[in-house]
Amino acid sequence: MSVSGTSAAVRAEGAAPERRARLIALIQSRGAIGVLVLATIVASLRFPFFPTVANFENIGTAASFLGLVAIGQTFVIILGGFDLSVGSLIGLGSVLAAYALPYGWWAALLVPALAGGAVGLVDGLLIARAGMAPFIVTLAALLGVRGIALVLAKNSLVIATPGVFGLIANGQILGIDNLIWIVLIGFAIAAIVLNRTRYGVAVFAIGGNEEAARMLGVPVARIKVLTYVVSGTLAGLSGALLAAHLSSGISTAGQGEELKSIAAAVIGGVLLTGGVGTMAGALSGVLLLGLIENVIDQIGNLSSYYQNLASGVFLLIAVLIQTVLTRRRR
Amino acid sequence: MSDIILETRAVSKRFGAVQALSDVSFALRAGEVHGLAGENGAGKSTLIKILTGFYQPDEGEIILSGTAVRLDSPRAAQRQGISAVYQEINLIPERSVAENLFLGNEPRRFGVLIDRARMERSAAELLARYDLAIDPRARLGALGLGLQQMVSIARGVRLGARVAILDEPSSALTGTEVETLYRVVDRLKADGIAILFVSHRLSESYRLCDRLTVLRDGRVVASEAVADLPRAALIGAMLGRNAEAIHGNRPARTPREGVAAFEASGLRWRNRVRDVSFAVRPGEVVGLAGLLGSGRTETMKASFGAETKEGGAIRVGGSSVPSTTPGRSIAAGLAFLSEDRRAEGIFPKLSVAENLTATALPRIARFGFVSQRKQAAMVAEFTKVLGIKTAGPNAPITSLSGGNQQKVLLARCLATAPRAIMLDDPTRGIDVGAKAEVHEAINRLVEQGLGVLVTSSEMEELMALADRLIVLTEGAVTGATSTDGLEVQDVLDILAQPHEAVAHP
Repeated sequence: MSVSGTSAAVRAEGAAPERRARLIALIQSRGAIGVLVLATIVASLRFPFFPTVANFENIGTAASFLGLVAIGQTFVIILGGFDLSVGSLIGLGSVLAAYALPYGWWAALLVPALAGGAVGLVDGLLIARAGMAPFIVTLAALLGVRGIALVLAKNSLVIATPGVFGLIANGQILGIDNLIWIVLIGFAIAAIVLNRTRYGVAVFAIGGNEEAARMLGVPVARIKVLTYVVSGTLAGLSGALLAAHLSSGISTAGQGEELKSIAAAVIGGVLLTGGVGTMAGALSGVLLLGLIENVIDQIGNLSSYYQNLASGVFLLIAVLIQTVLTRRRR
Repeated sequence: MSDIILETRAVSKRFGAVQALSDVSFALRAGEVHGLAGENGAGKSTLIKILTGFYQPDEGEIILSGTAVRLDSPRAAQRQGISAVYQEINLIPERSVAENLFLGNEPRRFGVLIDRARMERSAAELLARYDLAIDPRARLGALGLGLQQMVSIARGVRLGARVAILDEPSSALTGTEVETLYRVVDRLKADGIAILFVSHRLSESYRLCDRLTVLRDGRVVASEAVADLPRAALIGAMLGRNAEAIHGNRPARTPREGVAAFEASGLRWRNRVRDVSFAVRPGEVVGLAGLLGSGRTETMKASFGAETKEGGAIRVGGSSVPSTTPGRSIAAGLAFLSEDRRAEGIFPKLSVAENLTATALPRIARFGFVSQRKQAAMVAEFTKVLGIKTAGPNAPITSLSGGNQQKVLLARCLATAPRAIMLDDPTRGIDVGAKAEVHEAINRLVEQGLGVLVTSSEMEELMALADRLIVLTEGAVTGATSTDGLEVQDVLDILAQPHEAVAHP
């Protein structure tokens, strides 16, 4: 058999399944964006209150806190883990921001971020070095961190936010809310880190096949620890921004955000088993959840419990599609 | 011949009571393809794991380019230039080919951002050098297994491999993929890389290798240039003819006429089981003879439903089992004892009693509650019948010797009161005494009318157990013979015939 003949045969053999695999991969990674666009169009046609600039800004601002957390969560899930501590870290972050504000607006951002990073460091070390399960470690952190937040502030701490701190969360640049800028820039940087740095490729590799990644020379433990630190830091920061936005440190803030951030990532095509996902998808997931909340809120005659129901149904459908697509591809 | 690159000198390794390797010495030369042959448990994987840094030898040394080295981790072995490709691909299927080739040392711009264009260009050059028509941007998992293995080899070469170990690279490859593999191996050879090649397909070994080393029971029993080792001699060396004198123990018996205890027709599974048909009568032992990789295990698994057959029919006691699953097979009266006791046999955390009755629970339970009394009675019965040596029914299964664990698993099969039973290498890794006891137990059961299909990695044992043999080669039946008056050499001759007629689909 001639060399070129063999090559041609190999190529022909792989062509059709590869085209289908590419299509499926495209649906998996970009499907959420399509659904988001579709949902926006439907909501705009159906509800007159929906398609206004003010309402879009509402959705964006409201979703920005979840968005920041979802960035970290997406890194962690692609890595093959998940982080349940982020909701509690929002609460702790907002309380710490309130305490730190007297020392300056920078302290009110830095202290929550460092505290979140420290919790992430402990989580990461226990998971990567001690080999404990992410579920247990971050569940313990969820409980413990919320406890710390409640000890620090039983009731919410009202703070004055006239200065820079308030401006960060409530100001605008070019007519767009700062919070929206922050989360969009955050996602953009995260996308570059994920796809264009050795760290990002290593995250994909570990989530895709941890044993192989280790064999290929990826510093698995270090990457894991770093990823939990990133997630914790972003959650602490999200709490600080929430405090600035609401002019108060609230120890009970962020409850359930850990699960919502996982839901957002999964709806956005990030595989819960790790190794696959995009930041654009995760952002779409965040916005979809925000859109559902926004619409149900404004319909008025529906209780907000329906938000949870709708989100749950959405999540289930997303996972169902993922599962079917993944099986097709194999 | 050219320079020795990698050499083992008197390497030995034992695991508990098992001497996995004794005194193994062999040399791998630059530009040489060196085949490693041997049956299950001969020590091939142990040797490879020592060369790739997974295990440390108890004795002996490894010499790499003239100096003794310690390979104390897989990464250390890789750094020393020993690159291994396994059947299980150790790459990241969801990422691109280029990323897999360069993971960990991607070319970068500004010291931070990965330069994808340059990475993909370099990847394309590397792949072109081995004449591989692979798009560097393709998702690795979208490639066939064979091309994935080629990528793995290319990665090794890129990182400066001097030794490439190919562990059963071709077992699951299609025809074109095998051709690609051959071409890459030839190129590696030309580049002066030493290749250790493990394959169960003799025709492949003869096509590719310059030299063959045969292991049996952890020892080197032959190491010759291919020209000096004809097929019959190779197979003789692999299977050995010095097994214990258990041959001739087989009682004379006449299988019952009438409906077959168990029957397969036109069985197909991937390209590993090709249109296999056979029948086992009640009171008869049929041996599936074939080398490792001939499809003997796969035939059993496809019959039982442990693998989903892609064609063919199974009949147990005359009635067909329409879509085979292990549960339905058991219900129909078919039992299967896996060759892999640890992975597919015992429940290591459960007791002897729980292990023994695991598949027979419906027989000893009422309304979903297991009757302790009936369970105890069942365990007592089989412990006595099979002579299981245990501290008691509640002893953990792992406290038993390998032979006694195997008897518990045999009892588990029998506890479902099967009409026919498939035993895949039932005495693998157990001592001689236990072996004889298992043989006796099998003979007794056959006397009572059970139909038995059996394989063994020892030809002598197969001849001692079976009334007749069905010969498998590369997944297809290539012969059938009664064992009466048959000599081991006769079977070896059948196995040694090249079967070019067996077409690869």
